[in-house]
Amino acid sequence: MKIKLTFWKAVFLAIMALGIYSTIIRYSKGLGAVSNMNDQFPWGFWIGFDCLCGVMLAAGAFCIVGAVYLFNVEGLHSVVRPAVLTAFLGYLLFIVGLLFDLGRPWFIWHQLIYMNPHSVMFEVGMCVMTYTTVLFFEFLPIVLERFNLKTPITWIHKFYPVLIVLGILLSTLHQSSLGSLYLIMPSKLHPFWYSPALPFFFFGSAVAVGLAMTIFESTQSSKAFGRQLELSVLVRLGGALLVALWVNALLRFEDFFHRGMLRQIVKPSYEAYFLWLELALSFVIPITMLSFKRIRLSPKGLYLASVICLFGFITNRLNVSLIGFETYVGHHYLPRWTEFSVTLMIIAVGFALFGVAVKYLPIFPKEELVNERPTLPETAVSMGSPILEHAGD
Amino acid sequence: MSKALLYDSTICIGCKQCEQACARQNNLPYDDTIAAEEKESAHKLTAIVTRGDKFMRRLCMHCEHPACASVCPVGAFHKTKEGPVVYDVWKCIGCRYCMAACPFSQPKYEWGSLNPRVRKCIMCPDRVAAGKQTACAEICPTGATKFGDRDDLIREAQDRIRQNPSTYLNRIYGLHEVGGTCVLILAGVKVEGFGYPASEKIGDTPMPEYTGRVMERIPDFIPVWSLVLGGIYWISHRRNEVAAAEALQEARNKDKTNGTVR
Repeated sequence: MKIKLTFWKAVFLAIMALGIYSTIIRYSKGLGAVSNMNDQFPWGFWIGFDCLCGVMLAAGAFCIVGAVYLFNVEGLHSVVRPAVLTAFLGYLLFIVGLLFDLGRPWFIWHQLIYMNPHSVMFEVGMCVMTYTTVLFFEFLPIVLERFNLKTPITWIHKFYPVLIVLGILLSTLHQSSLGSLYLIMPSKLHPFWYSPALPFFFFGSAVAVGLAMTIFESTQSSKAFGRQLELSVLVRLGGALLVALWVNALLRFEDFFHRGMLRQIVKPSYEAYFLWLELALSFVIPITMLSFKRIRLSPKGLYLASVICLFGFITNRLNVSLIGFETYVGHHYLPRWTEFSVTLMIIAVGFALFGVAVKYLPIFPKEELVNERPTLPETAVSMGSPILEHAGD
Repeated sequence: MSKALLYDSTICIGCKQCEQACARQNNLPYDDTIAAEEKESAHKLTAIVTRGDKFMRRLCMHCEHPACASVCPVGAFHKTKEGPVVYDVWKCIGCRYCMAACPFSQPKYEWGSLNPRVRKCIMCPDRVAAGKQTACAEICPTGATKFGDRDDLIREAQDRIRQNPSTYLNRIYGLHEVGGTCVLILAGVKVEGFGYPASEKIGDTPMPEYTGRVMERIPDFIPVWSLVLGGIYWISHRRNEVAAAEALQEARNKDKTNGTVR
C-alpha cells in the first residue's frame, strides 16, 4: 500500500505533532504550564470552545433526528446519518477535551457516586453521558448494517421511539443547561451577556447551529468525498435556518429591550465591539443573505451563510465564557498556543474519524446509488442489489 | 448556632501574624516573599492588603448559602453546621466551577500540581468543632480578627459602630451580602477599594437561588416534555399509519370494483 503525502495530510501530521507535545506538557507539568488559565480565569479556551462550542456544533443530530423521526418530515433522511455521526464523534471528543481540562480527570467517575443534584454541572454531566449512550445506539445500526447483522438492527429499531424521545429530551436539557452554568455569575459576567434567559439562548442557538452545521457538513463531505449534493434537502434546511435565526434574533432583542440595554449596546466599548461582531455574524449577515431567494436556492450561498452563522454563534459562546469576564477580572485572557494546539488536535482527529467512518460505513448509502446509476450500463441497474454491495467498497 | 469571624480593619495594625498562623495551621510555607504577596493564592489562604495607612484582610467569606457548595457537581464543598465551608479533596474532579461561581473569587487552584487541589480558607473546622477559636483569631494581638457566635458578633459590631460613628462607616460587610456570610467586616473606608465586590453588585440574594430557579423546574420538566415529545411522535406516525391503512383500503376497493367490472 502506498501512502501519498498530500498537503492536508502534512497539515494533519503537523497538528498532531504539536498536539501531542502539548498533551505531554499537560500531563507532565500541569494545567498552569500548558494554559494561560489562572485564579482569575479558572475557565479558559477549553471550556469556552471545546465544551460550549463543541456541544453546540454537535446539535445537528437532535435537530435532524427530531425533524425526521419525531415530526416525520419527509425527504430529509439522507442527512440523518451524517448528522448522527457528527454528533456521536462530537460528544466523544467533547469528553476527550474534558479529560484535558479537568484538574483530576481520573476522578471523572465521581460524578456517578457523589451526586449533587443542585449543581447545573452535575446535570450537564449526566445528560451528556446518557446522550452519548443514546447516540451510540442511534449510530450502532450503521455499523451493524455494514456487517449485515440484521437481527440486532431489528432489536434497536423496536427501541427507536424511546431512543428518539430520550435523545431530544436530554438535548433540550443539557444544551440549555450549558447556559444555566453562567446564571450563578451575575456579578462577574458582563451585562451584555448575563441574562436570566441564558438557558433559552443556548438552546435556541443550538437549534440554529444544528441546522447550519448540517448544511456545512453535507456540503463539505460532498466536496471531499465526491457525493452528489441534494439541493432540495439543503434548501429546506436553509429555510428552517432562516426561521431559527429570526427566532433567536427576536429573543435576543427582546432580552436587551427588557433589561434596558439597547442604549448601552450601541455605545462603542471593548465589549460592544465583540457584541457587534457576534450579532453581525450570527444574525445580520446570515439573515440578510438567506432572505434573498437567489442565495437561499444556491448551494454556495447556503454554505456561506451557514459558515458565517457558525462563526457568529462560536463568537457568542466565546463572549459568554471569556470576553464577558475580562472587565470583572481587569485583564485580558488570551489562550496559550498549547491550548490552541490541543483543541486543533481534537478537531483534526474528529475530521479524520469522520473521513474513516464515511469510507468504511454506509453513511451516505442513497446518494451513492444516485451517483452510480448513470455511470453504470443499463443491465447492471436492473440487477439492483449487487450495486449496493459494490457501492460499499 | 453558627460561628463567625469579625474583622475590624480600624484596629488592624497589619502585622500579618494571622497570615503566618494560617500558613502554620494549613502546613503551608511562609517567608518574607510570601508575606509580601498581597493576594490570596493556593499557598496563601488569607492576605492582608495595604492601601496607604489602611489595612484590610481578605479570606473566604464562608457564605451562609455558599455558591461553591451549590455548583460543585460532586459535592466536594459543604457548609458545616458550625459555619465553616469545607472542602473534600477526595471527591473533587477539578472542574473549577467553584472558582468561576464564587462571588468573592476565593477558591484558588494549584495550577502547577499534577493532582491539583482547590485551596481556600476553611475556617479551621477541626479547631471550631473542638470549641476552639480559629488560628488567626487566636494569634491576633489587637483583636482585629475576633471569633465567636455570628449573632453575638453582629451585635458587637453594631455596638462598635454606635459608639464610634466617626471611625466606622455605618455598614457591616457580610451581614446581608449574598444572603449573609460568616466573615463580617467593619471598616472606616469602603471595602470595595481592597478588592471586595460592591454590595449592590453582588446583592442580598443567596447565590444558589440564581440557578435554583431553573434547577427546581427540571423534575417537572422531564415528565412533561417527555409526554409532549412522545405525543408528537405518536401523532406524526399515526398520521402515516392512517394514511397507509386508507391507501390499502382504497386499493382493495379498487380491486373489488375492477373485479366486478371484469
